[in-house]
Amino acid sequence: MAAVAGAGSVYPSGVVQARAAKVAEFARRNPTVIVSASVLLLMALMAGFAHHLASDPMALDPAVRLKPPCMMETFGFESRTSCRGWFGTDHLGRDVYARTVFGARISLTVGLAVAALSTTFGLVIGLLAGYVRLFDAIAMRVMDGLMAIPSILLAIALMALFGSSVQNVIIAISVPEIPRVVRLVRAVVLTIREMPYVEAAVSSGTRLPRILLRHILPNTFAPLMVQATYVCAAAVIVEALLSFLGAGTPPEIPSWGNMMAEGRVYFQIKPWMLLFPGICLALMVLFVNLLGDGLRDTLDPRIARRMR
Amino acid sequence: MRFLSGPRVYAYIVHRILATIPVMGVVGVAVFMLLHLTPGDPAAVIAGDYARPEDIARIRHQLGLDRPVHIQFFTWVGSILSGDLGVSIFSDLPVAHLIGQRLEPTFALAAATLVFSVVIAVPMGVLAAWKAGTWTDRIIMIFAVLGFSVPVFVIAYALMWVFSLKLGWFPVQGYKSISDGLGPFLHSIALPTVALGVIYVALMARITRASMLETLQEDYIRTARAKGVDNRSVLIRHALRNASVPIVTIIGIGIALLIGGVVVTESVFNIPGLGRLTIDAVLRRDYPVIQGVILVFSAAYVIVNLLIDLSYTVLDPRIRY
Repeated sequence: MAAVAGAGSVYPSGVVQARAAKVAEFARRNPTVIVSASVLLLMALMAGFAHHLASDPMALDPAVRLKPPCMMETFGFESRTSCRGWFGTDHLGRDVYARTVFGARISLTVGLAVAALSTTFGLVIGLLAGYVRLFDAIAMRVMDGLMAIPSILLAIALMALFGSSVQNVIIAISVPEIPRVVRLVRAVVLTIREMPYVEAAVSSGTRLPRILLRHILPNTFAPLMVQATYVCAAAVIVEALLSFLGAGTPPEIPSWGNMMAEGRVYFQIKPWMLLFPGICLALMVLFVNLLGDGLRDTLDPRIARRMR
Repeated sequence: MRFLSGPRVYAYIVHRILATIPVMGVVGVAVFMLLHLTPGDPAAVIAGDYARPEDIARIRHQLGLDRPVHIQFFTWVGSILSGDLGVSIFSDLPVAHLIGQRLEPTFALAAATLVFSVVIAVPMGVLAAWKAGTWTDRIIMIFAVLGFSVPVFVIAYALMWVFSLKLGWFPVQGYKSISDGLGPFLHSIALPTVALGVIYVALMARITRASMLETLQEDYIRTARAKGVDNRSVLIRHALRNASVPIVTIIGIGIALLIGGVVVTESVFNIPGLGRLTIDAVLRRDYPVIQGVILVFSAAYVIVNLLIDLSYTVLDPRIRY
């Protein structure tokens, strides 16, 4: 019927309407996913177009060191003559607003890269561990051991060895996250491999790689996506922590952790250096976590019921 | 309640204790390997950019890096098992001694946080489950999501700003040992405890609520209500006790979170504990100290989780071994 109604266009209008209705239905049922994904998209756009939104984050101006933010005036905090920039300036006269906008780049890069890296390695190891008994015995002992080392400590230790660079931060945060992904994937594989359709595939002579790829892999996607979101949130926090402690992103790069590390000396008298990156960091992590919660409720109703 | 007895439980306990050995073995290998995975010469990395060749040679000899790897490993494991964690490159003091010196503030902070979190989070979770779907429940759950998302050092500075700088109720930084008196100790540790506790409270409140919700739907709860047992008794004696296993489990998993948080909190509040020792060691590339601290923290994590697993034998007699 829809095809008859929309005979003029490539897509029959009924189908388009049905699709729009589906999207609207999804948005109505999952407001958390839509809201948090939109906020994160906005943050990503800000980070991507940072050059157009803010001045040079590295530009020094000793004449305007430690000036309070102009947005505070609205609330009557400081006199109009002394303020500088939206978020004020830091101890070298750099614009805190520009540095905060550019800082989103580091956080997003590290968050996404760690999520991608740890889920990729975790998926491969988890699939094999779930299906190959001998590999399972060895790999899971190694994973148990790695999980016993507190992840922030392991990341700090790796950073101490490799030296500070964004690439090393990504590796140092990914390594401790891998065992958690492996456990998740392995648990899924162990349930799926007992399913009648997998047994049917095995008995009809399907070979192992094909079983893993065609029958088992697709079932891991939903929980893996949820897990990747949480890993991303954790990675954003740990990057900021490492930089804050002086063992993360190189100090000259504007990242939120670095800004907070510089701001802590002046915290008691000039709190804005610490305040704005801190707020942005908390907001980003909050919305990534909310996205994770929303995805979990959407993709995995069984776990959702247990966790809610 | 009845304590379990019988050979199967003892067999489980022995089995569970033995299972920690391979875990600690892997931790040991990983910690040992850390030094050997260094790109280039570890001795040169530790000595820093401005080291003279004789300094590098001294460090190489001190760490035993001039011997074959397997000999190094077994010597290292042997000395650790006899309680010798090596010697700090920076201060020339035994690592075990340095760790012993710093143990008290860290332990005090971790214990205070644990107590604070349980006292706050469990009633919160029970309340949220009891009032599920109402505004009380929603507010608690919003707090749980927020608390899980705001990084510990952001919370720490926010608390410091309000309660130390503006209101002047607590010291900005520093630590008073418990031997200086209970009052000054609690006063100095209050803000760090709350800052570190927020994430833990959020996590535990969420799990408590979920576990309680599940338990409250059980038939025996309905039976208890039908018998006329009052609400408080149903919640505490019937539901919470049966909901306790996931709550206790999350305490164990959260220990890793707690250890990471301790490192940061000590740095923010200038508390002279193991966390400060770790950060100082990292900045000085004092590798024996880093290795020692990681081993101690990992052992603590393994032992706490062992105790928690063993506690199930008491908490939930339904679990079969």
